[in-house]
Amino acid sequence: MSEDTGFQPQSGAGAQPPGPGRTPPAGGQPHHFRRMIPIWLALALACDLIWWFVVGPHVPPGDMSTSAVGAQFDFNVLFLAAAPVVLAVWVYLAYAVWTWRASRADAPEPVGGPAARSNFKVQFWWIAITTVVVLAAFVFGTVELIVPAGAGGAEGPNPIWKPTAKHMLVVQVIAQQWKFTYRYPSYGGMQTNTLVLPNNTWIAFHVTSLDVIHSFWAYQIGVKVDANPQLDDVAYTKTRQTGTFTVRCSELCGIWHGAMFDYGKVLSKSAFDHWATTTEKKQAVNTKYLPPFAWTYSPTANGATGATGVNTSGQSPFSPEQHYGATPARKLVRSSLTSTATPTTGT
Amino acid sequence: MSRSWRIAIVLGLFACAVVLVVFTAMAYIATSPPTVSYLDSQPPGATVHLVMQTDGVVGSATGGAAHPTWVSYRIRTPKTHAWTHTTLVYLPAHSRIDVTIYQFDSGSPLRNQHFGMVTGTIGNDAKLNGKTFKVLNSYDTPNGQGVGHTFTVPSLGINVPLEGNDTSKKTFCTYGPCDPATQLHTKTTFAFTTPGVGNYRFQCFIPCGGGRYAGNGGAMQTLGYMGGFLEVRA
Ligand SMILES: [Cu+2]
Ligand SMILES: [Cu+2]
Repeated sequence: MSEDTGFQPQSGAGAQPPGPGRTPPAGGQPHHFRRMIPIWLALALACDLIWWFVVGPHVPPGDMSTSAVGAQFDFNVLFLAAAPVVLAVWVYLAYAVWTWRASRADAPEPVGGPAARSNFKVQFWWIAITTVVVLAAFVFGTVELIVPAGAGGAEGPNPIWKPTAKHMLVVQVIAQQWKFTYRYPSYGGMQTNTLVLPNNTWIAFHVTSLDVIHSFWAYQIGVKVDANPQLDDVAYTKTRQTGTFTVRCSELCGIWHGAMFDYGKVLSKSAFDHWATTTEKKQAVNTKYLPPFAWTYSPTANGATGATGVNTSGQSPFSPEQHYGATPARKLVRSSLTSTATPTTGT
Repeated sequence: MSRSWRIAIVLGLFACAVVLVVFTAMAYIATSPPTVSYLDSQPPGATVHLVMQTDGVVGSATGGAAHPTWVSYRIRTPKTHAWTHTTLVYLPAHSRIDVTIYQFDSGSPLRNQHFGMVTGTIGNDAKLNGKTFKVLNSYDTPNGQGVGHTFTVPSLGINVPLEGNDTSKKTFCTYGPCDPATQLHTKTTFAFTTPGVGNYRFQCFIPCGGGRYAGNGGAMQTLGYMGGFLEVRA
């Protein structure tokens, strides 16, 4: 066993005559790792630099929100860590295939011998490096999930990683086969066909479903939250760019699941306010008939049974009316709808 | 058994399985409801009059419905005025479409009252039995029967709720095709403008697939019954 030459495969090393184009150090094989490392280092550095400066800024989901930026950053960091590992394997493989190819007249016999038995140095560094890489990825991933308030992912009904921002816009995402609608408790509890958000604002998405399990995936703003019936699933993000984004259902929810998408908009704060106040006025004729704003709505009520008129499920159609955070909704319609499930009049 | 025999048997069974799979798949894929064309129903540029009905029970008298007990749309064929059992229709692009829907089914509150509002039509309103409306309160509709179905084209933002009927009335239509001249119905009319060429899906937002999980299986999701396409052609 040779402590100095790493993976140096040898069988009766030294007995081999030096091959053409090869300058063996005195007394045997060349130091193969010393040849591989510069090649690997140059490739890894070039690959990482090109990725970071050329490809990285275009990596999905883009930079429309804090969570999108976070996802892009995480992806790029993980790529930067993974690329050298991949290249190490490839460089080693290419080097081995070339150097120890069988057709070479002076190829050393790579199988067996004391060198194949164990090599403390290689084992030590193998375990040390892989442990560091994996633990670093674990710590990095955990921090990147917790610090940016859940990173745009679902945190269930009682989020523990909340943004510290004082002002947040609450938007309720209501999924049903096969369309998303959106409710704005701070704009009279209006419900809309399209998701419109103000720029530079923290958004608290409250995602729920009226029937089966869906998933709300606002791609370019880096938010993805499962939509479960009778569950208020919360996720946060802060918008940082105006533009259009795609909303898709990302949980197979029936035959028209593929048709369950729409396009959302991030507008400037003033444009959003204009949109929201005019839409609130326009929707008012119907908003007064909507159930009071609640975090969840019973999926089996309201005609869900296919029976006429009466809810036979015995469940209340709505969860208790609630306010979110420190700032309650500006006004909420129909403050007390009867909690029984029989159809009520709109007055 | 010789080796070649065994190979022949395996290959034979494999061929049988392939044929079976292909035939089963084709039975689903190749079975499509007919398409009613409104392309030549009027001179180019003129308003198209699309007439449909919704039946609580489609019946099997015409069209040979595979599920005679399911709730379904029917589309009136221009010229012959036959009620074709389908939800596929050709419409001309960039044209005004005047829609009449005779709704024969009973009703209920909407699961999401959001779909009680008329959107995407010309004037953002519709007429129920001749009276203009913008919203139907599905808990308290004009004749108290809730909403039977909604005609909703999500990609065009079109949504029109269709009021339900009283099942206890003598003239309530128990199976289709129903007759607007003699049977109890609500009549909803509205107009919209077709966009460019494309396939626009429509569905109903009353989960009326009775007996299915969350009410959305069966008729609700099936082409020819409650799910369909407006195919806009040049
Ligand atoms: Cu879905
Ligand atoms: Cu329906």
